Amino acid sequence: MSIQAIEDTKVKAFPTPAKPAEVIAFTAKVRRRFDPAAITGKLASTLVPPAVVIVVMLVIWQIACSSPNASLPPPSQVWNEAYDLIAHPFFDYGPQDIGLAWRVLISLQRVAIGFGLAAIVGVALGALVGQSIWAMRGLDPVFQILRTVPPLAWLPLSLAAFRDSSPSAIFVIFITSIWPVIINTAVGVRNIPEDYRNVARILRLNQLEFFVKIMVPAAAPYIFTGLRIGIGLSWLAIVAAEMLTGGVGIGFFIWDAWNSSRLPDIIVALAYIGVTGFCLDRLVAAVGAFVTRGTTAK
Amino acid sequence: MTAYLKLDHIDKSFARGGQVSEVLNDIRLTIDKGEFVSIIGHSGCGKSTLLNLIAGLTRVSAGAVLLEDKEVDSPGPERAVVFQNHSLLPWLTVYENINLAVSKVFGRTRSRAERHDWIMRNLDLVQMAHARDKRPAEISGGMKQRVGIARALAMEPKILLLDEPFGALDALTRAHLQDAVMDIHSRLGSTTIMITHDVDEAVLLSDRIVMLTNGPAATIGEVLAVPLARPRRRIELSSDRTFLRCREAVLKFLYERHRFVEAAE
Repeated sequence: MSIQAIEDTKVKAFPTPAKPAEVIAFTAKVRRRFDPAAITGKLASTLVPPAVVIVVMLVIWQIACSSPNASLPPPSQVWNEAYDLIAHPFFDYGPQDIGLAWRVLISLQRVAIGFGLAAIVGVALGALVGQSIWAMRGLDPVFQILRTVPPLAWLPLSLAAFRDSSPSAIFVIFITSIWPVIINTAVGVRNIPEDYRNVARILRLNQLEFFVKIMVPAAAPYIFTGLRIGIGLSWLAIVAAEMLTGGVGIGFFIWDAWNSSRLPDIIVALAYIGVTGFCLDRLVAAVGAFVTRGTTAK
Repeated sequence: MTAYLKLDHIDKSFARGGQVSEVLNDIRLTIDKGEFVSIIGHSGCGKSTLLNLIAGLTRVSAGAVLLEDKEVDSPGPERAVVFQNHSLLPWLTVYENINLAVSKVFGRTRSRAERHDWIMRNLDLVQMAHARDKRPAEISGGMKQRVGIARALAMEPKILLLDEPFGALDALTRAHLQDAVMDIHSRLGSTTIMITHDVDEAVLLSDRIVMLTNGPAATIGEVLAVPLARPRRRIELSSDRTFLRCREAVLKFLYERHRFVEAAE
């Protein structure tokens, strides 16, 4: 279908036959700019199937939870009772009564600090482990054990260490998301082709130049895979950590809603968390695709 | 006259798991300034190892590599290598790839504008100035190898080391690049060592051909001078007596006296 569209544009734009190579180059641009039909078609093919699935799920849910003694609220009840939360994400009625978007932003701020630290420390440690055989032998077993510790198991210790809930939550994010960054960076560094190392040796690049100019760009695809896994884990961890530490984040909102039996609010919050996590994942993936566009295209 | 590059009784052996395998044994060779020398031998005989020793990428087990009477013990830009698979950094453009080398080697001694001119001059030399903003993935194998040569030349090396530079290219592209290398050599007079397994290529390009015996413990079996006047043109040479005689000598060495036996181990 999209091929058909290209042909049409080509005929309209270039009635006289041109050199084949040029025609291909131009039509690629033409399609990108002036072909609304192809764009609409592509949008429809990506958006319609999930929309259909969601509608079907809502209908099933509605039917399943409609009986008077159902334990969970049906979608219609969620819509009616939590309408405020759905329609006004940015309301602000005082310190504990704010819109869900604000709560998500507060959680995101913690994630940004914790995950940012994890990214910096993780890449540095990963580079060390990937570069030095002795660092790998010493550190890798320790990492492999520590990474299996569930995020919340760190929380009591960090509460004891920091004596405050906010840095503890940030630490939990840090310690949860750092392992995939370390491990993927190490694999990426270990896989740097010997030729690139030889180029660096012939040019006599020093350690720092090698790290910045060869190692990070060469390992970038691996690093971003690690970062993507890491951001997913940190979003998982923040919600759980906030349930226990309190504050105004989205995690605590769920716990609070549970304690006051506002089930529709919890369901809306889940949707917010899911969408935010999805956006985070796509954001890191997009940054990764942009940064590594040179490395991955062999 | 003292030798420009001297390979002084070089041995090289690799130890792996308690087992020592000798790759090169007693290599003795002197190379003059401006000379073009090819090293030829069957695959696995240690040609590339020898080049890596001269480059300093691996250390000799015994003996010494002397460049202008100074011992080579580490890699450096004065012995630039053109790798078989070009080894351009894929995330940098053609210009940036060469700039990486130029700003490292001449970052202190030349101004930004001078470095830019120098990069463009080297790109012109290999006729790649038009592709300066392309990434390696966007240009053909022959073009990549041209850029690899430009990067090596841009380091202004005392010796240019070519490690089977045309091995991965098709025959036509290879001929083009051979002509380009001959042209550059005649213009710059750069001392060049080339590893190859192509007899015609060796005879066409070289002043001398160094033939290695089969490993293990390969050594120099014979050194053949190629007394052909430059500039050399491949079409005229294809029926030239001297060319054919040199070609025959190398072929005889490789296929009669030092036949490669695949099942030697």
